[in-house]
Amino acid sequence: MPLLEARNVHGGYGGMNILNGVDMVIDADEIGVIVGPNGAGKSTMLKAIFGLLTVSQGDILLRGEPIHNLPPNKLVQKGMGFIPQEKNVFPSLSVKENLEMGAFLKPHNTQRMLKTIYGFFPPLYDKRRQPAGELSGGQRQMVAMGRALMAEPELLLLDEPTAGLSPLYMNEIFERVKEINAAGVGILMVEQNAKQALAIADKGFVLAAGQNRFTDTGAALLADPEVAKSFLGG
Amino acid sequence: MNELVFFINNVVVAGSVTGSIYAIGAVGVTLVFSIMRFAHFAHADMMTFGAFMVLLLTAAFPGVGSVVGLPTPVVMLPLAMVLTALLAVGIDKAFYKPLRAHGVKPIVIVIGSLGVTLMLQGLIRLFAGTSGQNLYMAGERKEIYRLALPFDGVRAPIVITEPQIILLVLTIACVVGLHLFLNRSRLGKAMRAMSDNPDLARASGINTNTIVAVTWVIVGGLAAIAGTLLSLDVTFKPDLSFFLLLPIFAAAIVGGVGHPYGAIAGGFVVGFAETLAVFNWAVLLRPFRDSLPDWLAKAGNLAFVGTEYKIVVPFFILVAILVWRPTGIFKGKVI
Amino acid sequence: MSAHDKHREDLVDTPSRFPLREVILFALLLVAILGVYAMMGAAYSTRMLVEAACYAILALGLTIQWGYAGQFNAGVMGFVALGGFSAMFFSVPVNDDFWGSELPGELARVLLYGAAAALVVFGATRLDRLGVPRTLRTIIAVVLGVVLYLVVISLLREVTDEIQSRAGFIGGLGLPAWTGWIVGGALAGVVGYFIGHICLGLRSDYLAIATLGIAEIIKAFLKNSDWLTRGTATVSPLPWPTPGPAELGFTLSRAIYLSVTAAIIAVIFFLLHRAYHAPWGRMIRAIRDNETSAAAMGKDINRRRLEIFVLGCILIGIGGGALTTFNSLFDPQGYLPLNHTFLVLVMVILGGPGNNLGTIFGAVAVYIIWIMSEPLALFLMQLAVSVGEGAFGWDAPSNMDSRALQARVFVIGLLITLVLRFAPKGLLPEKVKHHG
Repeated sequence: MPLLEARNVHGGYGGMNILNGVDMVIDADEIGVIVGPNGAGKSTMLKAIFGLLTVSQGDILLRGEPIHNLPPNKLVQKGMGFIPQEKNVFPSLSVKENLEMGAFLKPHNTQRMLKTIYGFFPPLYDKRRQPAGELSGGQRQMVAMGRALMAEPELLLLDEPTAGLSPLYMNEIFERVKEINAAGVGILMVEQNAKQALAIADKGFVLAAGQNRFTDTGAALLADPEVAKSFLGG
Repeated sequence: MNELVFFINNVVVAGSVTGSIYAIGAVGVTLVFSIMRFAHFAHADMMTFGAFMVLLLTAAFPGVGSVVGLPTPVVMLPLAMVLTALLAVGIDKAFYKPLRAHGVKPIVIVIGSLGVTLMLQGLIRLFAGTSGQNLYMAGERKEIYRLALPFDGVRAPIVITEPQIILLVLTIACVVGLHLFLNRSRLGKAMRAMSDNPDLARASGINTNTIVAVTWVIVGGLAAIAGTLLSLDVTFKPDLSFFLLLPIFAAAIVGGVGHPYGAIAGGFVVGFAETLAVFNWAVLLRPFRDSLPDWLAKAGNLAFVGTEYKIVVPFFILVAILVWRPTGIFKGKVI
Repeated sequence: MSAHDKHREDLVDTPSRFPLREVILFALLLVAILGVYAMMGAAYSTRMLVEAACYAILALGLTIQWGYAGQFNAGVMGFVALGGFSAMFFSVPVNDDFWGSELPGELARVLLYGAAAALVVFGATRLDRLGVPRTLRTIIAVVLGVVLYLVVISLLREVTDEIQSRAGFIGGLGLPAWTGWIVGGALAGVVGYFIGHICLGLRSDYLAIATLGIAEIIKAFLKNSDWLTRGTATVSPLPWPTPGPAELGFTLSRAIYLSVTAAIIAVIFFLLHRAYHAPWGRMIRAIRDNETSAAAMGKDINRRRLEIFVLGCILIGIGGGALTTFNSLFDPQGYLPLNHTFLVLVMVILGGPGNNLGTIFGAVAVYIIWIMSEPLALFLMQLAVSVGEGAFGWDAPSNMDSRALQARVFVIGLLITLVLRFAPKGLLPEKVKHHG
């Protein structure tokens, strides 16, 4: 049974449909990457999966269980984690408190997971008492990923984790994503840096106008001349 | 020196008392603001409701206080806090939640809260009447402590009453309790998280309905404390609400909206500003009367505003802060 | 481009239809008015209609602010009181005890001192241009301001005490009442300008807080300035601009007064209608509905918002003047948040915010219900008391009248919350839905 399965998903904001039938299948321990031009509905798809907007038609299944239109807190309980692109930390809370909020539904895990996260992102330990709003962009992204991981999700949704980061941090983030995945967490992420992201992807989904244009393994999409021509900038 | 004692009694003591009440009230307003993002106009009437519950409970069980050695109204306060908290949660469920669910602008919820304030006012006055009533009943009376100062020539003592001491103690307890709650407890941190970023709080699995309910419980409890302490210090007056709202909002805005510690500081700023403004400064000049120019020595009343214009003070502070620093002295989150 | 065109189509007014809803509602209103006439007699009913008409002016002022621009004025009462004060001050006969003495000169001298002190303080705030460090300048300005304020205010207290003890109060100007209404509107507009200037760039909640505050301050000032308004002693009678009841009898004189207020409403209604459909009105609504896009179009939002707020305040001031003159009594304590703020709010949100016709309908309908509910509330209270006494020996409190009044406070509050929830657009909703 796949970890996440989306079939013919339609949806959008306030009656305006942005998604016009998107299909996606991700198995446990896979990395899925959504790429595509601006306005293709990439982030919208992520939000639809995470219950942040109404799905008007189609099914979204987590381990075979229908989850569309469940509220986010229920989805976190079911093992899903979401990292928004912007505003992904609590700025006035300390780094440690940010992480604790990630384990809000599993408070007994907090201490154990804090150790794990500090081990995974050592800079966060040094800054644990500092308000997250004072950190640099890359460190903030670490806090955001750490917060989502605190709940020990089975599936992690990342919305453009490398947006606005320097190339150095960008590579770091991709490395971390791979490591998280190696630890057994399924990943679905939206990325602007399509080439780099597809390089680590088990599955790639090229969206355009709210529909799947190409769906294949990451390597196959990278090799496909048509994908390269229209979506990867040559 | 007697003049100095007069100053302490009329400004330091009175200012701390008023400031405490405003501070506790402003914390409630600022908590609602930070979680639900609207100015809660019914807060003053929640305070009145809390005090009214204390009044009813005290009338129902007079003499309980003598068992524990505290005034009966203070003993009844926890129960009144629970009742007011229930009321606050109920009001939210019945009136604010449907509006939020419709996704209306915050200002519409503000008007809704004005509707609620009228309903509470009507109900309370329907049962309590409009005249003031003393919370000390059935033979209990306010203890008044006179602290004589060990200096020569000082005849006037510093006067402080029992409810004022209780009020200061309770204010400190509230501030410490609130600090511990917000920084140590899971729900308190979640409240701060939701005030920071409601969407991310939801994405972290925090049930925002729970946080809203918890907020109302705290707001209701604090309102009951503030209202009761105000009524203990003077008397229970059912028609204070609009006169309380302005200083409380001014305090919350001075402190930076959405900023609980700022609200406490703002409460004391407004409280002291009020007492300083109505204080007759001519009293302090009296010892130097001989060395002053004639026109200044003769001035009988050097108060900035008469007590009947007290409400001008918080308004002036409000306007000043809105003009110069709308985010408040501590930077508030919501402008 | 095609999406844009499609949007533009929404701009066209919906095709005119027969205004069934309006006709039915106004027919019902007419029946209600006739019913009141039949039951309560012509003099009483005409009085009610005049008051309802004055309230309609207030409601039009509020509907501009709330319905057109989404600004919530929680201090209508204060602007009403200002209008009332101005109407009183201009129309009441000249007080010779005051003008015959040296007191006007004294008062003018103190006011001149005040102006001079203000100039000095203002000058002090500019000291930094002469090379004084900014912190020092601020300290100088604040200290100077405090000292001069204390001096002027204690001088003023002396003069006003003197006025109060020797002449009662300064009296009026003996001019026709309508001059007072106009100045009252201007006064309200000036106060509205200051409040709006401070608050309109900020969150909408702040305007509500500030207006609530200024209303209480205006009331406190009018109540405690005995030398100016006789305070709690009240001023009456106030001369009408039309022939009074002594000359024509109650019904006819009130009917003439009614025609004056009706004429005012008609003029306001006509001007508002023109403005609403002019580019100015479209701009206002665009700002209300989408501030970011309006700002992107380069519209000076705060300027327009201030215009609309001041205009609303002016109308409220005029209405307040007309209302106070009609009651022929200036009593600062008679201005109540319930009667003069929240009742008007109910009229607007129930009638249809932003719809002038709906607002007038709401004003008249709500006022009739309001007036008629007084005996009803008392009756219900007495019923409750008799039931209470019979069932469990409840000792009925003596002040039933004031408690019945409190029941109405509750009902108004409930009405506000219910309308917001179930009929947020009112009975006659604003018609144009899309605009750019």
